[in-house]
Amino acid sequence: MMTMKTKAPRFWRCIPQRYNLIGTHCAACDEYYFPPRSVCPNCRRDARIEEYKFKGTGTVITHTTIYSGTDDFERQTPYNLAIIKLDEGPRLTGQVVAPPGEVKIGMHVRPVFRILGKEGERGIIYYGTKFIPVEG
Amino acid sequence: MRPVSIIGIGCTKFGERWDSSLRDLVAETGIMAIEDAHVSGEEIDALYVGNMSAGRFVEQEHIGALIADCAGLSRLHIPSTRVEAACASGGLALRQALLAVASGHQDIVIAAGVEKMTDVSSGAAADALAAAADREWECFFGATFPALYAMMARLHMRRYGTTQEELAEVAVKNHHHGSMNPLAQYRMEVTVDDVLSSPMVADPLHVLDCSPISDGAAAVVLAPAEKASRYAEVPIRIIGSAQASDTLALHDRRDLTTLDATVHAARKAYDQAGITPSQIDLAEVHDCFTIAEILAIEDLGFFEKGAGGRAIEDGLTTLDGPLPINTSGGLKACGHPVGATGIKQAYEIALQLRGEAGSRQVDDAEIGLAHNVGGSGGTAIVHILSR
Repeated sequence: MMTMKTKAPRFWRCIPQRYNLIGTHCAACDEYYFPPRSVCPNCRRDARIEEYKFKGTGTVITHTTIYSGTDDFERQTPYNLAIIKLDEGPRLTGQVVAPPGEVKIGMHVRPVFRILGKEGERGIIYYGTKFIPVEG
Repeated sequence: MRPVSIIGIGCTKFGERWDSSLRDLVAETGIMAIEDAHVSGEEIDALYVGNMSAGRFVEQEHIGALIADCAGLSRLHIPSTRVEAACASGGLALRQALLAVASGHQDIVIAAGVEKMTDVSSGAAADALAAAADREWECFFGATFPALYAMMARLHMRRYGTTQEELAEVAVKNHHHGSMNPLAQYRMEVTVDDVLSSPMVADPLHVLDCSPISDGAAAVVLAPAEKASRYAEVPIRIIGSAQASDTLALHDRRDLTTLDATVHAARKAYDQAGITPSQIDLAEVHDCFTIAEILAIEDLGFFEKGAGGRAIEDGLTTLDGPLPINTSGGLKACGHPVGATGIKQAYEIALQLRGEAGSRQVDDAEIGLAHNVGGSGGTAIVHILSR
């Protein structure tokens, strides 16, 4: 369909939590949220929401290696995708930079800032968080 | 709410329908269903159509008016509504049509579903489908649908000892069933070795663990149960209908190896029908991937959590087993034109309950269940049908 795009992309917005693992914490019930929630489902109107920057370290809950991707990611294949539980509690989906077969359930990971994708050869570059295994 | 029956059914051949446009598919199935129901155009009160993404697949929106037009009903000016719940759009159309009739607001209502997916490249189709996942917090990081289900499969294998061979057996069974369905996209049998040696898409899911990209449409005609016998020789009662939702992103779910939306929808549908899972004679479940069928038969209460893979391998869900699952071939072999799938499931169950399923007929089928899932489990819709 489209190969060259010069439009303002849908992710070209100011989303700080894309570049830093910034979420929220409810001081009333001590629950952490990523992506940030402004309404705590536990406390609702009694919530005391504050911004919180996650340590970023976490554990692989489950994972896969993708050999066939969407057009935007096809040239990155094969790549590892995982659901990661951050040490503070919330889970998120992200890539783990490691050779296929080396990612394991229970593996500890830490975040790194990386290019996530490009819209074509001359298109907008997306940046964000990927994860790498913690040594040892 | 008053009881509602299915009085007419229609379904196109599923597959790569290069010869047919979305409009052709709608007209083809609409005429089949209307003729089967013996209703005249003037009797039809409303249309509901499930369609996930005509805007992405054929660059056409406003599908409600379009299908009324294609079905030759434009001069009657009846309301025609498109509904969307990703891959559960068809099930949702059936449920909306059901509610319209059950409420007493309308009498004769058509529920249809259509998707024309092969007008775009497979990469573009995959991206359109990925819109059913969480675009900002899953797809942005490279998630695809096979990847999300692969991650569920990985955890299910780890927790319950489910094997790749058991996953493959789902495909083997559904291709076997599909070989007996003239409307199925794939009529060929496959073996466990075929599945395991097919290219990997998202580890541990191979190409043959995945449902295909398909074109197709299906339609059913509903009427109040009290009037149904005027139209149909064997009206099929809808005795349970329920819909449930969950978080859009897989990673936010309570449990990554259970679709809570399925559990909740099923529980409500069984309650309405006044039955237990053991009373179901056959089911069409949402096998977009082989692991999805294993999760479904557990979450619908047919087998204990963790026992789904062994149930498949032991042949409990084949056509001649105690609980035949996906006699149409399922999404896997019959094909998965996403908006049409939920209606095709109801079509297959109704066909079986009418005793018209030919070589894949389930003997003495009285009660059947249709289970339709949107995305990775953000929506689940369950219908229970009875002779």
